[in-house]
Amino acid sequence: MTTKTAQALPTARRKHQGAWKTVKRGLSLSPELRIGLGLTLAIALVATAGRVIVPIAIQQIIDRGLEGGGVDMGFVVQMIMLALGAVVITAGATGWMHLRLARVAETALSGLRVRAFRHIHDLSMLHQASEQRGVLVARVTSDVDQISRFMQWAGLMLVVNAGQALLALIVMLVMSVWLGLVVVVLVPFIVIMIRFFQTRLEVAFLRVRERVGHMLALLAETVVGAPVIRAYGIEARTRERLEQAIESHRHAGVTAGRLSAAFSGAGEISSAVVVAAVVVVGTILAVQGTTTVGTVVAFLFLVQLFVQPVQVMGEAVNEAQTAVAGWSRVLDILDIEPDVADPGPDGLELPRKPLGVNFDKVVFRYPRPGEDMGAGDATPALQNIDTEIPPRQRVAIVGETGSGKTTFAKLLTRLMDPSEGTVSIGGIDVKKVRFDSLRDRVVMVPQEGMLFRGTIADNVRMGRPGARNEEILATFDRLGLRDWLDELAQGVATPVGERGSSLSVGERQLVTLVRAAIADPDLLVLDEATSAVDPATEVRINRALVELTSGRTVVTIAHRLSTAEAADRVLVFDDGEIRQDGPHEQLVVEGGVYGALYESWQRGTTS
Amino acid sequence: MSTNAQTEPPAQDVPLLGRGRDLIARQLKRAPKEFSVGMVGTTLYAGMTILSSYVIGWVTDSVLLPAIEAGDITIATLVGAALAVVGVATARGIGITLRRSGAYYAQHRLQYRDRIEVTDRYLDLPIEWHRRHPTGQLLANANEDVEAAAFIAAPLPMAFGVILMLVGTGVLLILTDPFLALIGFAVGPIMLVVNYVFQRKMRAVAAKAQRLRAEVADIAHESFDAALVVKTLGRESDEVGRFGERSDELRDRMVEVGRLRAAFDPLIEALPNIGVLAVLLVGAWRVDQGLVTPGTLITFAYLFRLVALPMRVFGWLLGELPRSVVGMDRVESVLSETGSVRYGQEDPGDDGGAKADAESIAYQYPESEYEDLSSVAAATSVTEPENGRGIEKISLEIAPGRTVALVGPTGAGKSTIAHLLVRLFDPDTGRISLDGHTLVDLDRDVLASSVSIVFQETFLFNDTVYSNITLDEGFDESEVYEAAKLARAHDFITALGKGYATVVGERGTSLSGGQRQRVAIARALIRKPRLLVLDDATSAVDPAVESQILEGLRELDTTVLIVAYRRSSIVLADEVIYIEDGRVIDRDTHQGLYESLPAYQALIDAYEVVEEPA
Repeated sequence: MTTKTAQALPTARRKHQGAWKTVKRGLSLSPELRIGLGLTLAIALVATAGRVIVPIAIQQIIDRGLEGGGVDMGFVVQMIMLALGAVVITAGATGWMHLRLARVAETALSGLRVRAFRHIHDLSMLHQASEQRGVLVARVTSDVDQISRFMQWAGLMLVVNAGQALLALIVMLVMSVWLGLVVVVLVPFIVIMIRFFQTRLEVAFLRVRERVGHMLALLAETVVGAPVIRAYGIEARTRERLEQAIESHRHAGVTAGRLSAAFSGAGEISSAVVVAAVVVVGTILAVQGTTTVGTVVAFLFLVQLFVQPVQVMGEAVNEAQTAVAGWSRVLDILDIEPDVADPGPDGLELPRKPLGVNFDKVVFRYPRPGEDMGAGDATPALQNIDTEIPPRQRVAIVGETGSGKTTFAKLLTRLMDPSEGTVSIGGIDVKKVRFDSLRDRVVMVPQEGMLFRGTIADNVRMGRPGARNEEILATFDRLGLRDWLDELAQGVATPVGERGSSLSVGERQLVTLVRAAIADPDLLVLDEATSAVDPATEVRINRALVELTSGRTVVTIAHRLSTAEAADRVLVFDDGEIRQDGPHEQLVVEGGVYGALYESWQRGTTS
Repeated sequence: MSTNAQTEPPAQDVPLLGRGRDLIARQLKRAPKEFSVGMVGTTLYAGMTILSSYVIGWVTDSVLLPAIEAGDITIATLVGAALAVVGVATARGIGITLRRSGAYYAQHRLQYRDRIEVTDRYLDLPIEWHRRHPTGQLLANANEDVEAAAFIAAPLPMAFGVILMLVGTGVLLILTDPFLALIGFAVGPIMLVVNYVFQRKMRAVAAKAQRLRAEVADIAHESFDAALVVKTLGRESDEVGRFGERSDELRDRMVEVGRLRAAFDPLIEALPNIGVLAVLLVGAWRVDQGLVTPGTLITFAYLFRLVALPMRVFGWLLGELPRSVVGMDRVESVLSETGSVRYGQEDPGDDGGAKADAESIAYQYPESEYEDLSSVAAATSVTEPENGRGIEKISLEIAPGRTVALVGPTGAGKSTIAHLLVRLFDPDTGRISLDGHTLVDLDRDVLASSVSIVFQETFLFNDTVYSNITLDEGFDESEVYEAAKLARAHDFITALGKGYATVVGERGTSLSGGQRQRVAIARALIRKPRLLVLDDATSAVDPAVESQILEGLRELDTTVLIVAYRRSSIVLADEVIYIEDGRVIDRDTHQGLYESLPAYQALIDAYEVVEEPA
């Protein structure tokens, strides 16, 4: 599901862009990352260099300190002090590198995260396709986290390990070319072995993830569906399915685990083969006098420094790929042009008077995913919209799901721009109106009372930042909701919970109405709620609505007959066009689409 | 939810060692075979690690040095040396493989056993118990907690092996040279302490970062969900501020992670190196005195490297222990929950609509005690689940074959009565019976086939429409179609892409609310229940369709109780029972009540404000 929707984003075509390009693009967007990068790399080099010091010290001590029968303690102490100094410097460099990297990377990533968040709010896909919201959340969370994890762990490992392997190799070749070559010749075999395991491990772990997902879904069903399972007596079937899922997860886990264990074992054996080859060739070379005992012994340590990084490299490369993929997804989002732009300071202000609305030959097409914007062949969601709403008229918009009524409301509030034609409010093309003026004078109340964590006052204040508590209370009063508010123990300071979950659906709607009322807009766009709420709250909502809408231009997306009936005028949408236009009584007589709707409403309410 | 579930236990509060011992003992007992594989492997690994250092020393002393002195080397000696190196390493490799396999086997066996047992408890425990525990917590118990408790199996074999190696190395050091031993006994404990402190600190910061990550995600979710509000009120900048604040906090935490690593990583890396250098220093001095051979010196230098790195496992083990202990405690507390629903053997027969009686039943929802199995409870449940309210002293008789509507204001106890009638739970006092048989005495299967309920909140399984109706019981296709037609679901089902074989998605998300409700009704109808309870089960169905469904039900030979809001469905009932505050106020026909009972009239009228022209 997630991958499918992710591909539906218009930018999926960039998927095949190279990793290098992504990194370059990313660096240019987050220049902070490059600050001091040279120094960090230099420190990293020092940090890796220290790792080969100990083997060199061993070689020196064996060859020169333990020479002949006696021990040159002066030399040994001198060597060890030198090596100790190197170890301390290495440690210091390693620490410094971690510190710099963490600071630079995390600062840049937090910046990237916030920028992407801001940008997504400017994209209309956010409200066009609600099923993509989860994907968009991932852009500012898990994708960025992945880059962060990579920078601090695998990425670091990649750089340091590559450095360590390279350095160990150089030291080996310098100490003894032939012995070094023995190691070089054996490396390809190790790489082949690693490849062998890695491809299989990937498959095995993918399977584990699939099985985990399946198992979790069944677990959730068992817990959430407990009443149904009990009421229908299907415990046995549930148990059987669960057991199957849990067992198949176990099986996949064990299979992957065994493979990974065998990989470790094989790694151990393969590095021993290298050690054995070094011993054999080294002894022969030592006998010939081409190399020394100290060198052979030092090689035993150096081989470890060389083989270990090679073994973990594959893992780091995998993580690098995931991180780059995540990065590229974030950058793709940033690349999408916001389809609705604020004209900025040059823009106009809406006049301070009751506002009328005019739709002039408006057509709207949703951009087809994966294609360039404005592709002309998509079927329009709206067409031939040519209508005028005078100030202070109350209009109800009616039509089936997908008839275009929501699109109409979104064009009206400039959440989207029409593909053709113009929408004007108060005689001004909305594209020319500054956002702050538009958002100030035109307010939309969405269908489900969408609240934010915080108190009731916090939520109401979103309608007018800085509103004092007395003003908020006065607004509750005006809408006739004071009695409801006073029933709450903490009044306006009542926390509403996550998404308002501490309030009932109806109560949430009340708060959104107050929020709209305190904003005091001239044009109000209401998306009427469909879900049933308890009757007492319903009465309150209706009372508040009457108060809220009086004296304003109101466009309501209506789901109820009573709303359409009470409106001055009804616009009936069907298949992207306005089919009927007029007051309720007239349309009932006309019949048509509205007549059919009316009939089904009637049946539902009075049988 | 899943992110919240990873809430950290307060590490300090756990009396770690004692509880840790309990945990290890429990887990060893629950997967003995798997652990023994790991233990055999780790013993082999430990032995061979020590042996491999000796081989290196032996090669130096007996092959390399003599060969150079003699200026000659036989092939046999060389091959012998090579075989010794590879042979020991192969044995060590096998040890590693067995050790790690054993750890995986044990980990997964433990998860398997706990998951099966926990979910078994879930399926047995009364629904009341389920209601007392938030969904998120139950899921976390069966998943994260089980995983945490089993996690201890991963480092355990390794830790055991490292202990063997440490003891072995210690003994060998003492036997070889007391001065070398001194170095070992100095460096070893320091390594342990450093690793442990590092893990503890890291876990604390990592947990904080994890919590912040969850908060960042929560804000993004909330903000994107509310995109319309944000946009239409021009709140983008405020939202960016809110998000940025948390994001920066997360950044600070992550920088702290980097700082911790900056402090500890170099130390952990440097200590073994310092140990090796100390061995070289002291060793060279002892070689000078002629007390040890160069081979011995190399053996211990090599051994230090090999043993030092695995010591990290203790840090890991001790670091994970608190989480694992808490996981075990939570799992155990589910497993120790007693109580399951007991059923009798009686069978009232199968003879058309049943007579349902409730005799002065009372039921109070247990205080939402949310037994604190975990801090998850606090994190996931802002509010109590909408339990509805209790009832007191209600008596009802529902005559066979009648359709009765239960009406009352929100919170009057309608759902509670509906749930009691199908024995989702039992009343505190009083008796509910079906054709005179107390529900408690009914056979499990007889009960399930005699009464069916359709819930307010529809629950569909992620399965085909067909299976969601049959629940895999052996119904004929024709029976399925018939039930679906009666539920007015057949037409839309056949219009779906794959008809009855369409998979509905998690919780049925690919269907609309009304469609889901109709599938759920078909699921109930196919069982031809003698008592059918519809708990506001048609709220999302179009009123016209709702009426058709209810009218269809009247032709069935079944007793029907509907909890209803819409007047259109209420008027279809033979009789209306009006309840308020957990008591029956009156019962009569709709018309009768409407005329005689002002409260009822007010309620019905309140609905009409919404639905009917004024």
